[in-house]
Amino acid sequence: MDWILDNRALLINIAYLGSAVCFIIGLKLLGSPATARKGNQIAAAGMAIAVIATLFMPGMANIILILIALAIGAVIAVFPARTVKMTAMPQMVAIFNGMGGATAALISLVEFEHKAGIGRGEIISIVLGLIIGSISFSGSMVAFGKLQELISGRAISYPSQQQINIILGIAVVALAAIVVLLTQTSLTLFLIVLLFIVALVLGVLIVLPIGGADMPVVIAVLNSMTGVAAALTGFVLNNQALIIAGILVGASGAFLTLLMAKAMNRSVTNVLFGAWGAAAVAGGGAAGETPELPMREITPDDAAVPLAYAEKVIIVPGYGLAVAQAQHAVRELAETLQARGVNVRYAIHPVAGRMPGHMNVLLAEANVPYDDLYEMEQINDDFANTDVAIVVGANDVTNPAARDDPASPIYGMPILNVDQAKTIYVLKRGRGAGFAGIENMLFHDAKTSMLFGDAKDSLSKLNVAVREA
Amino acid sequence: MLALVPGFMQGTADSVQSALSENATIILLSIYVLMLAIFLGFELIGKVPATLHTPLMSGTNAIHGIVVLGAMIILGSIHGSAAIDNVLKVLAFIAVVLGSANVFGGFVVTDRMLEMFKRKPASGKAGGK
Repeated sequence: MDWILDNRALLINIAYLGSAVCFIIGLKLLGSPATARKGNQIAAAGMAIAVIATLFMPGMANIILILIALAIGAVIAVFPARTVKMTAMPQMVAIFNGMGGATAALISLVEFEHKAGIGRGEIISIVLGLIIGSISFSGSMVAFGKLQELISGRAISYPSQQQINIILGIAVVALAAIVVLLTQTSLTLFLIVLLFIVALVLGVLIVLPIGGADMPVVIAVLNSMTGVAAALTGFVLNNQALIIAGILVGASGAFLTLLMAKAMNRSVTNVLFGAWGAAAVAGGGAAGETPELPMREITPDDAAVPLAYAEKVIIVPGYGLAVAQAQHAVRELAETLQARGVNVRYAIHPVAGRMPGHMNVLLAEANVPYDDLYEMEQINDDFANTDVAIVVGANDVTNPAARDDPASPIYGMPILNVDQAKTIYVLKRGRGAGFAGIENMLFHDAKTSMLFGDAKDSLSKLNVAVREA
Repeated sequence: MLALVPGFMQGTADSVQSALSENATIILLSIYVLMLAIFLGFELIGKVPATLHTPLMSGTNAIHGIVVLGAMIILGSIHGSAAIDNVLKVLAFIAVVLGSANVFGGFVVTDRMLEMFKRKPASGKAGGK
């Protein structure tokens, strides 16, 4: 017993080692569908070990307060996490990410104000952790607002946007430099609070001009940043568990960001620094000037017959499916068709929806068999011999301009070759352009018919009509 | 990069020498850990199918909730009860709440996503949780 007490710090570090191993194994298992859930549970176990070990740290005051705070955090998070609709998952990830960023920023702030005689090396870590954590927090909140449609999903621009951002950026660097140079003085104790506030504003202004369609990449970047902020607080507190877990997330998050950007055939800097927003606005303006292009409208009854007698059907889900909660309706339609002997498959674009894998999660929720889902590369050549392609609330990922029109802002983005199908039905809420504000020529194609209305409603009507056909 | 300056400033020439080399060793070890963790992070994500990108982002999101440890340690280190200490205590308390929410929310959301993947296609019976 005495030995345990004497070597508490050592034992805690061994526990941290164990939790680091849990995180690594957990991440590894998260990489394959069969083991992913177990991976998440192992990572959670690692977290539990680390948290419990920390409670036993020598000299910990305020234990009761800590336990209360942990409990409050658990309660406010678990309820929404359990009940949130699957469509709102990206927002949830954004909000939890923001909380992590805020935690890192607050730690840096409190540590600087509280601990006397901090060395310059630590101050560098504190200042960086504060800046990165704050930007991650306020940026995540804006991303949340955009995904929840509290703020316009369009790229928001205002006069002198770039100049303001540059000035704020310089202010952050200058404040950080002053704090690091002067170390702890009554002046810097105030300046660091100012730094905190300026970094928060900067986070808002960086994410605000980015179009909603790019939010997945933004969240991936912010996720990675929060990891780095966590690692920096680890350096300040000399805590290996924080360093390892934070850097693991920072590195894997950075890699994930690259993968996502690659799926959209865009560079990360291009996503983050506005070129897209500007181009989309320009494209939208141009489209507004050209005369309204014709679209052919169709009723569910008219659409039902070709569907019912088709041999091969491909369903292309997009964010509209998520918004309308139409995943069950689409599965029911697919089952009706399959019962008639139609070959029904789903084509999943890597960035369909608002997060990579968003559609897979939704369709899995509706019990769509995993085997019916095809990734873009697997199915793209099959559109040419498909009788009917049904596009449910997808837009930009089907836009042939990305393949054919070098002037288009999305030129070069890999798309699903929906336009090669023999007949195309597009289920769409309204006539407007997509999330990115770019005209989609697919909708004006002679082979395309539009079925306007709520996707869930349209799908159920189609389903009834197909049964009667 | 870390505690480069502290030990450096205190003590006689001898202890400066030993503090320097001890510090250097610690820093070097930390850089090793940092470097290996970076490579590991990249390596672990390398071959993940696009399907799992969202759960993976959510899972790593939960793991950076580890930052709650930092918040706990900070709150645990504030002993005084002067006005400023109380303000800092409140901030640290909020940090623990937010960090804890990051951890719990992150893992629960990820688990919910993955729960759906687990169901076998063929036995897609309704209500089969």
